[in-house]
Amino acid sequence: MGLEQFKNRNVGTQNYKVLDLEMPPITAMEKFKQVVSRTFKPELFAGLGVTLREMINALFRGKMHTTQYPFEKLPISPRYRAIHEMLRLLESGHYRCIGCGLCEKICISNCISMDTRYDENQRKEVTEYTINFGRCIFCGYCAEVCPELAIVHGGRYETASEQRASFSLFEDMLTPIDKLNLQQEYQGFGAISSNADENIKKTPLAY
Amino acid sequence: MVDATMLPEVTAAGVIIKAILILAVIAGLAGFGTYIERKILAFMQRRLGPMHVGPHGVLQLAADGIKLFTKEDIIPQHANKIIFAIAPIITAATAFIALAAVPVFPDFTIPFIDVYVPSIASDINVGILFVLGMMAAGLYGPLLAGMAQSNKWGIIGSARTAIQFLSYEVVTGLSILAPIMMVGSLSFVDFNNYQADGALWLVVYQPVAFVLFLIAGFAETNRTPFDLLEHEAEIISGYVTEYSGMRWGLFFIGEYANMITIGIIASVVFLGGYNDFWFIPGWIMIIGKIAFSFFFMLWVRASWPHVRPDQLMWLCWKVLMPLAVINILITGLVMMIV
Ligand code: SF4
Ligand code: SF4
Repeated sequence: MGLEQFKNRNVGTQNYKVLDLEMPPITAMEKFKQVVSRTFKPELFAGLGVTLREMINALFRGKMHTTQYPFEKLPISPRYRAIHEMLRLLESGHYRCIGCGLCEKICISNCISMDTRYDENQRKEVTEYTINFGRCIFCGYCAEVCPELAIVHGGRYETASEQRASFSLFEDMLTPIDKLNLQQEYQGFGAISSNADENIKKTPLAY
Repeated sequence: MVDATMLPEVTAAGVIIKAILILAVIAGLAGFGTYIERKILAFMQRRLGPMHVGPHGVLQLAADGIKLFTKEDIIPQHANKIIFAIAPIITAATAFIALAAVPVFPDFTIPFIDVYVPSIASDINVGILFVLGMMAAGLYGPLLAGMAQSNKWGIIGSARTAIQFLSYEVVTGLSILAPIMMVGSLSFVDFNNYQADGALWLVVYQPVAFVLFLIAGFAETNRTPFDLLEHEAEIISGYVTEYSGMRWGLFFIGEYANMITIGIIASVVFLGGYNDFWFIPGWIMIIGKIAFSFFFMLWVRASWPHVRPDQLMWLCWKVLMPLAVINILITGLVMMIV
């Protein structure tokens, strides 16, 4: 359904249907007729039939709906914004973060704090990186702003902890080096779209 | 059918054993009924129900029992303490007293000490009147509980108890009068014998009375279409709002025992009792019938919405009572002519 139908505020032009409701009974005879017809219509048994059908569906046709949560989990969307992950470069295994500080700057609840320094190759090295998950609102801005697709949202949504303010360190969020081959590219906020290649226009050399 | 004169003499020891049996088995069943109810309601909504305590949750009853026993027993400050304390006992006690006069299991003799245990703890000749009277007296429980706890929801609950009582009681009595006229006795054993030896079940002769009795029975046990007394969505918990722990548990045991009693009455009076059916022995038949009527109550709870108190009164006095009277008239006329 398109948005236009909701935006149409002109009464009378929308697709509303008038239900064909009977008038309520007025005379005693009409009331009596209604009682008799309601008494002998098998509507109550239709109700019993529905519940019995659902019971048979659940027990014998494998249509039970329950997910026994701690033991089974429903799949979540790849765009879901749960606890952050820091990704690594697939080729070298080095972390992707270049220490630009954009995520720290944009974070609207001010919960990312980081520190960097130049290493011996004059390359920026991340020395401190923590996210205070007691304050993070999982808005996804950090993932969107990150130029290297380094900080992304993962799927770990069970965030109960002993502390009210639970911090995550850089190492906790970084993909373990032995699980590098399992690292998934994030599909959500800030990720490149699947047809990104088509959208790229070649920059003319003499620009 | 064994002739009554051939049965061994009923001794006091037999009756006591029977009474203990009824208490133990029905109290256990009443507790287990809550598990079955949750499971069936869950299945009808395509859920699993209790799963974690024991295999498929069968030990849920034990967990609930521990919870109920260890919960703090609170008596509200402004409650009438004595009445508040005895109200649950009235419900549970009357439910079990009613079971004294209905046939619960087949009779048997304990082998070594040679004690004969009858099928009815006490086969009094006004069995049906006694059972219905006891179940009606059981409504004093909710009535007093609601009024004693100085809580507005409790008061509404007990007012609804009075309404419900005034509505269904006339239908229960009148609906069961027609079968009583046909059998000519108030004893359950006579009802059973009337339908013995391949005779048609009374429900064939008295379908209207059966339906009316079922409706009244639902009201009597406050099952769903008529669960006005403690409808959570409207009056918190009605008459049990202030109860906790084992006192609350007693109300529930009483309610489930009443469900079983209604199931027994319906099966003995209308559905052929504990007679053998074709090749199926009688005790399997009676258990099957009681189980089905229990299941039917849960099935109805899963399917139908509940009615308002005024609708219940309207239904009972303006529809069901005239139907019951007409049914009695027609039964009488047919008995006179035939
Ligand atoms: S998700 Fe939002 S609030 Fe959380 S760290 Fe990123 S920018 Fe900050
Ligand atoms: S925006 Fe990305 S690259 Fe820049 S500091 Fe944050 S995580 Fe590192």
